Amino acid sequence: MLNDYLPIIILLVLATVLGFLVLIIGALFGPRRPTQRKAAPYESGMIPYGPGTRRISVRYYLVAVLFILFDIETVFFLPWAVVFRQLGWFALIEMLVFIGILLIGFVYVWKKGALEWE
Amino acid sequence: MDAALIWEWIIKSVVILLVMTGGFAYVTLYERRVLARMQVRIGPNRVGWQGLLQPVADGIKLIFKEELTPVGADRLIFILAPVITVIPALIVTAVVPWGTEVNLFGRIVPLRLADINVAVLYILSVTSISVYGITLAGWSSNNKYAMLGGLRATAQMISYELALGMAFVGPILWTGSMSLGDIVSAQKNLWFVVIMPLGFIIYVIASLAEVNRSPFDMPEAEQELTAGYHTEYSGMKFALFFMAEYIKMIGVSMIGATLFLGGYQGPFVDAYPWLGPIYLFIKVALWLFFMIWVRATLPRFRYDRLMAFGWKVLLPLSLLYIVVTAVLRLLVGG
Repeated sequence: MLNDYLPIIILLVLATVLGFLVLIIGALFGPRRPTQRKAAPYESGMIPYGPGTRRISVRYYLVAVLFILFDIETVFFLPWAVVFRQLGWFALIEMLVFIGILLIGFVYVWKKGALEWE
Repeated sequence: MDAALIWEWIIKSVVILLVMTGGFAYVTLYERRVLARMQVRIGPNRVGWQGLLQPVADGIKLIFKEELTPVGADRLIFILAPVITVIPALIVTAVVPWGTEVNLFGRIVPLRLADINVAVLYILSVTSISVYGITLAGWSSNNKYAMLGGLRATAQMISYELALGMAFVGPILWTGSMSLGDIVSAQKNLWFVVIMPLGFIIYVIASLAEVNRSPFDMPEAEQELTAGYHTEYSGMKFALFFMAEYIKMIGVSMIGATLFLGGYQGPFVDAYPWLGPIYLFIKVALWLFFMIWVRATLPRFRYDRLMAFGWKVLLPLSLLYIVVTAVLRLLVGG
């Protein structure tokens, strides 16, 4: 079982090494002459105004919550698809019920206006 | 488990990394040349024959550039974010088979790194991880443009990931397996794009949004956000973000070709296994050409329409596609 995943772990380690190697190469060969102007956050040439990280619109949180809900539904589809051929029509009807419940929630979210952007 | 097997894996991993980074360098050239031709320009053709050394020159230039860290940035996260972005891009194609088996120096070598039985789930989870790097890059830069770009990228990528995940269901349903090796073998006579064209279209659209390509390149809409989440990055850190983006392009093309276009399958591939990687390469090159073509043709979406399209059109359509594919599977039987 572990044998299947060992090559992926080897690739992961090598990819991490490559990523840091690129960072180190850049740090070694690049010049380093910071000035106050250069280090200021870029704001189209204006003097930066206020903090860079500010309050985030609540829409983004809403999208994240909805994503978690529907992503879990997606995860349920995958094992269902694997055993679908053995279960036949029974699996189809059961999944139609599942999608039906999912759709009720989806219509509710839509009607509530959670999918509107501003 | 013998030492030779571990060496085989290490060599294959190095080959994948070299192909991916080399592919990244030449996809940038490919894109610039093709875009130039579509806009009736010539494009970079001076460095080497037909501009073939242009990526090398670009790389050397970026190595000798100064790297800036803006005041007030979260230094550790700011430095780590490019690496966090590039690692998932490099490892996502680990499960894609390149061909069947070849005889190399008297040893039977399968042309794939890993054939795990949950390959599709692996792809989905690794693509989810790649969102983190972009969010952290936008947040740690202490820059308003970067933060807005990072937020937009996150919301867009997670929204289209739903449709992407559901597009994977069709091939799994038809094959009855999540292993990409089985999915490719099942397409020996008929590519899945013929059976489930709707799924293919959903995959193409969702994957364009997932890699932030035009017309869904909102996170880096130049006119409003300068460069989005990598506004403050320069030198090799900037190169890492670019590398991640182009490697992800290659990655979604490889996965899409494997799921819907038959992967390494093609005429005479059984007799000559070395044709497998060549067929896959041709399919990926055509897919990349399509992505560049779309960029040259379509204008950028407005952000509210982008989110509305993802949630109100693509998500119901994917549910419909799953039901249609399931009914079709039962009617065909087997």
